[in-house]
Amino acid sequence: MTMKETRHIDGWFGEFGGRYVPETLVTALDQLEEAWAEAKSDPEFELEFTSLLRDYVGRATPLTHAPRLTEHAGGANIWLKREDLAHTGAHKINNTIGQALLTRRMGKQRVIAETGAGQHGVATATACARFGLECEVYMGSEDVRRQSLNVFRMKLLGAKVNVVEDGSCTLKDATNAAMRNWMETVDTTHYIIGSVVGPHPFPTLVRTFQSVIGRETRTQCIDCFGRLPDRIVACVGGGSNAAGIFSDFIGDAGVGLIGIEAGGRGARPGDHASTLVHGEPGVLHGSRSIVLQDPDGQTSTVHSCSAGLDYPGVGPEHAHWHVEGRVDYRAVTDQEAIDAFCLLSELEGCIPALETAHAVAGAVQEAGTMHRDQHLVINLSGRGDKDAEEARRLLGDLD
Amino acid sequence: MPFVTAGYPDIETTGAILSGLDPSWADIIELGIPFSDPIADGPIIAASMHEALQTGVRPGHVFELVRSIRADIPQGLVAMVSTSIVERSGAVGFIEEAARAGFDGLIIPDVDLDRVDEILPTIDAHEMAFSLLVAPSTTDARLESILPRCRGFIYMLARAGLTGIRSELPDISPQVERIRRLTDLPIAVGFGISSAEHVSTVLAHADAAIVGSAIVRSMGTSDDPAAAALDTIRALSSGRPPTA
Ligand SMILES: Cc1ncc(COP(=O)(O)O)c(C=O)c1O
Repeated sequence: MTMKETRHIDGWFGEFGGRYVPETLVTALDQLEEAWAEAKSDPEFELEFTSLLRDYVGRATPLTHAPRLTEHAGGANIWLKREDLAHTGAHKINNTIGQALLTRRMGKQRVIAETGAGQHGVATATACARFGLECEVYMGSEDVRRQSLNVFRMKLLGAKVNVVEDGSCTLKDATNAAMRNWMETVDTTHYIIGSVVGPHPFPTLVRTFQSVIGRETRTQCIDCFGRLPDRIVACVGGGSNAAGIFSDFIGDAGVGLIGIEAGGRGARPGDHASTLVHGEPGVLHGSRSIVLQDPDGQTSTVHSCSAGLDYPGVGPEHAHWHVEGRVDYRAVTDQEAIDAFCLLSELEGCIPALETAHAVAGAVQEAGTMHRDQHLVINLSGRGDKDAEEARRLLGDLD
Repeated sequence: MPFVTAGYPDIETTGAILSGLDPSWADIIELGIPFSDPIADGPIIAASMHEALQTGVRPGHVFELVRSIRADIPQGLVAMVSTSIVERSGAVGFIEEAARAGFDGLIIPDVDLDRVDEILPTIDAHEMAFSLLVAPSTTDARLESILPRCRGFIYMLARAGLTGIRSELPDISPQVERIRRLTDLPIAVGFGISSAEHVSTVLAHADAAIVGSAIVRSMGTSDDPAAAALDTIRALSSGRPPTA
């Protein structure tokens, strides 16, 4: 058999992507790919997914003008794509509903997931409750501490939360633990990956389920101001909310796309999680992408105040957009994100997730360089209720 | 085929194990290059890799060790190494360095099968062994693309799941038969092989038994880890048939 015949062309974004996993997982990935291919050609699936997004998730989410933030930034009109209003409070639910439907199609009864901020864990637990699936979520102990409200929500939703004490006790380690569990349970269990990362077909699958964000944004921009936006800004952890809003606009050269990574305490190795800004090509968690590794290929330690961005990898399609120059990736520090967290709360009455606050900070900087007749959309990926306690620890009581 | 984590608990111990192995105990030794995020490893090997990394062991140290003692070791020496490490500096460069150091083969448990053809010419240029994994769930169609890409021996997983210590050994004979029909290469079986009895059962069907976690665990509970590893390997080798 020649290489052309065996290569999963679909799983590659330029030089990035692929399927770097132990053989034990390959058949399950093939099965997932097949189930998804069947689902895509089944009008029933599309219908069920769309009606769940409408009636259960509450889509379409609004596009809200942000007049006071616009005034503050002193440039382009700022608009908020309100994923914070989706059921469970973040974009993550779009993906988990889609993958739960696939789980059912594959006849599997048990679901596992990794989570950092806990939003993907909550969204997975929610979808599993809705479909009567058994659910176990892996979460690093540091994230259990800083996102404790979400741990309780997952338990309320009937999920088992497995606390991971390995390594840095954050998202990377939770992902390792979920993958290891999947290796042992793959016959009966589906792994709902929470971002556009992992082995093929996950990056494409998750991006497709999230792409509803971008399609809605396109129509809403035309309704609200009669044309496409000049810029779209989204935060990038693994990259699912960003891929979800960017993918529909990749072919629109006039729409500038900006991804904001976690700049942490600064540019020194170990102080940030700005994978695309500082990383190099490598393999992590099943795909070739840009990663933060030492010169030997060991995964670097990373830091961010935001659990959902505290990850040394990024989806392979983002790596491709980065090297192609289609998307501009920048870093925003912890302090800038925390300032933006307060700013959006005070000026627009929306408390963003700390992940999302990175996008807000990057967007305010960008809008300030633009003209008043231009338009910038922020993907408001999630709300900040989960971060209230951690923000109080970081900010004090605001008296 | 004994597996030890290179550099656990330190690089000297690995050297002592390699030079202390009696050729009658094993024909090939597998050295695991420590990786920060080993997905296919259970707690025992994962912990040994983390400990080795913590003491500062890098692939370069492993190559250096192998280079320094290669001439004195009659057995074959194979590296088990994650794709993340191989791909970091460019796969071709890594393979050439491993060959120059004196490794006779490579096992990359998480390589993308579709990328293997890009590295096989380098493997072949150095006449190295190259083993891809075959799992119980591997389909026949996929087996037909895996086997022609293997060199030296086939690495057959005794079970789905992770490396680790297990009391039970699944019936491996149907798997072995399935592979034998398609290749003449010897078949080595690993994952969960933990005792001399397991080794003996495996060797009734396959050509080699790979034992890792049982050896690494014995090192962790001993004051003299090299001696403990050698004791365990000797005891396991009693499961080999006398003619082997
Ligand atoms: C609200 C919110 N935004 C963004 C992210 C980052 O993930 P992604 O980059 O996949 O959108 C998370 C992850 O937990 C999140 O909860």
